[in-house]
Amino acid sequence: MIMKKNKRRTALYIPGHNPAMVQQGGVYGADTVLLDLEDSVALSEKDAARILVRNMIRTVDFYNTEVTVRINHIDTPFGITDLEYIVPVKPEAIRLPKIETKHDVIRVIELIEKIEKKHGIPHGNIKIHPMIETAIGVQNVFEIAGAHPCIDAITIGGQDLTADMGIVKTKDNAGLDYARKAIVMAAKANRIDALDSVFADVNDDEGLRIETEYAKKIGFTGKAVINPRQIDIIHDVFNPTDEEIRVAIKIVKAFNENAARGIGVFALDGKMIDAPVVTRAQHVLNLADIDINDL
Amino acid sequence: MKNVLGRDIPEYIEGIGKLEPFQGAWTKLKKGWMDEPAVAIATKAKLPHENKLCESLEEAIIKANPVNGMTISFHHHLREGDDVIVKCISILSNLGINSITLASSSLTTAHDGLVPYIQDGTITRIYSSGIREKLGKAISKGILDIPVIIQSHGGRARAIRTGKIKIDLAIISASAADCEGNATGAVGKSAFGSIGYSMVDVEHAMQSIIVTDNLVDYPCIPISIAQNFVDYVVKVDSIGDPSKIASGTTRITKSPMDLRIAQLAANVIEHSGYFQNNFSFQVGAGGATLAVAKFIRDKMKKKNITGSFMLGGITSYCVDMLNENLFKALFDVQSFDAAVSSSLLNNKNHIEVPSTLYANPFNCGCLTNKLDIVVLGVLEIDVDFNVNVITSSEGYITGASGGHSDTASGAKLAVAVCPSFRGRIPIIKKRVNTIVTPGESIDVLVTERGICVNPNNKDLELRLRKAGLNIRDIHDLEIEVDGITGIPEKIQFTDKIVGIVEYRDGTIIDVIRQVKE
Repeated sequence: MIMKKNKRRTALYIPGHNPAMVQQGGVYGADTVLLDLEDSVALSEKDAARILVRNMIRTVDFYNTEVTVRINHIDTPFGITDLEYIVPVKPEAIRLPKIETKHDVIRVIELIEKIEKKHGIPHGNIKIHPMIETAIGVQNVFEIAGAHPCIDAITIGGQDLTADMGIVKTKDNAGLDYARKAIVMAAKANRIDALDSVFADVNDDEGLRIETEYAKKIGFTGKAVINPRQIDIIHDVFNPTDEEIRVAIKIVKAFNENAARGIGVFALDGKMIDAPVVTRAQHVLNLADIDINDL
Repeated sequence: MKNVLGRDIPEYIEGIGKLEPFQGAWTKLKKGWMDEPAVAIATKAKLPHENKLCESLEEAIIKANPVNGMTISFHHHLREGDDVIVKCISILSNLGINSITLASSSLTTAHDGLVPYIQDGTITRIYSSGIREKLGKAISKGILDIPVIIQSHGGRARAIRTGKIKIDLAIISASAADCEGNATGAVGKSAFGSIGYSMVDVEHAMQSIIVTDNLVDYPCIPISIAQNFVDYVVKVDSIGDPSKIASGTTRITKSPMDLRIAQLAANVIEHSGYFQNNFSFQVGAGGATLAVAKFIRDKMKKKNITGSFMLGGITSYCVDMLNENLFKALFDVQSFDAAVSSSLLNNKNHIEVPSTLYANPFNCGCLTNKLDIVVLGVLEIDVDFNVNVITSSEGYITGASGGHSDTASGAKLAVAVCPSFRGRIPIIKKRVNTIVTPGESIDVLVTERGICVNPNNKDLELRLRKAGLNIRDIHDLEIEVDGITGIPEKIQFTDKIVGIVEYRDGTIIDVIRQVKE
């Protein structure tokens, strides 16, 4: 049986110091809620956000939404304390800003392991999502993506990256094209998710759709969201069409039947079906929330 | 005595009389022929070319021979912008008239100025669909000796038709009128759209006055109110501010929470079994309720579905859907948006309807009986799906019955939408403060935290589950929300009854007690 996997089409940023927004994080239908301790939180609110996010993870039901926390960079005065507060409440993932080398990631993962040991938490359950936000990070992205088994997604921070490159972020993302594709390729090479940056204009639905369609086309598996109103459009783009679902069901069913007879490669409607085709078909079913065993 | 919902209802109230307890949405109506007869229309005569025009509002009121204890009626089509009701009561007060029964189709924040006239005894009784802000608070604190009677729009039409409300004088604001009293709300600088709530008033009032700030050459077209029901006409500088009709409630919300709820409600409708060609539809204005129309509009286009009619409070969003041929007709008893007026005037499929046709339960079939789907907001809803739209979480009167129970009872699918809590106040309760619409009329509740189907509607639940929607038991959701907000302290009431909530058939569904200070 092929197992279903969590979807990561959307990651909804929520400022960690805003209790009203944090408590509603799970109701908007985003695949991931990204509780932020970094850029959306003023320096004077850092400690309040950290405490609030810790307590909210303990008490609030986020339903089926993956809970991720973006901490401050480990070299800031806040990063290590963030980990000390957040790791014990076991979010599903921690997002690490401005990662430039694989050593940056390993250092944080070692810190997490220490905190886990102190609290008797088994290591490896909290996933790590490095953010690539500098030119050096882009150059090192392949190594970063494969630095540790805990890393199961990598993401681009478009605003910081353009700032680091000394260019203006344009609507067509021309200056980021290389970086986005490099990040996607590193993710694919390491079999992890590639998550795109936010689309800042919350009133431009058409612009969001165009940018998301491009992100999907070049290989991103999801996109960060700054307003819940953006979620549906992004899901709509990443969701498979009815025809794609129909074909995927046919392929996976045929694969399971053949696999039971020990056959790995077979023909369906005149086309050869092998493992990569089945993997793609299963991905379509995952996105459509379809379990082949339920059919 | 207790009514069928277990609410304590007195058998008799001084100044009101014997009360009939609510027995169920259709218990009284299913016998067909009602015991209450309709009252006759007043028989009067005017001589040819007699002048109905008066120099001032005061002159018109004096000509109507006001007396102590009279019943005077108004409409609320100008909502927050109304400038007529308080003015008329002030004139009557100056004339020394007291003990007036005020029978307005509703009262808004524009009518806070009535409080002093209640305090000085000018007004001693009130019938209304809704009461808000200062007036609601004053009544909740016991300013009136005789409880206010809250009626649905259909219930008010019934009460006037059957003489339960005997109108001595109807004063009708119109944005255009001629010297004979032909009048409308669809044209003029103060155009407010439909004048549907007034039609039953002028037909049954002993006398009626048209108040307009736009006296046009005879004849006034269109004729929404006809001259044969009008005694006097008066021109004033202003009847009010039509820009305050909507107060922003006719724009699609940008609130992520309201949009989320609306989207879930649209998904419920899509998979309910009623979303098909020729379906009829009603949504209110504002917040999540109107936003449902946006999502339904998209789904209709995507699935190539066209509807039969939209009903009720009509917004410019409904007009857009009519113009896109998504619906064949709009039946408009009340326009929630002054911009609707030009459509009412120019589109023959945008039809002005009186409240009797809209929702009066005592006739051969009102329009709400023909509704397929209605989307309704709530102030509170309980685990039995009973809905409160009249009293606040603090127990004060601050809402309106409106067409809530009328449409919920008639529609095949009544969808209640609300956030599971507002601020720190849970909206889903074990028991609502005040019941306006009985749970038997509500099919499904949609909140951001899940969808609860009335257990009486198993088929609907099956269809929605099959569609993969997040269906939850309302008791579980209530417990979850209490866990987030905590359980609010019980409101303390005295024994004094300050309001009576009439169900649309005239039976008493609940009473409102005085808030203990």
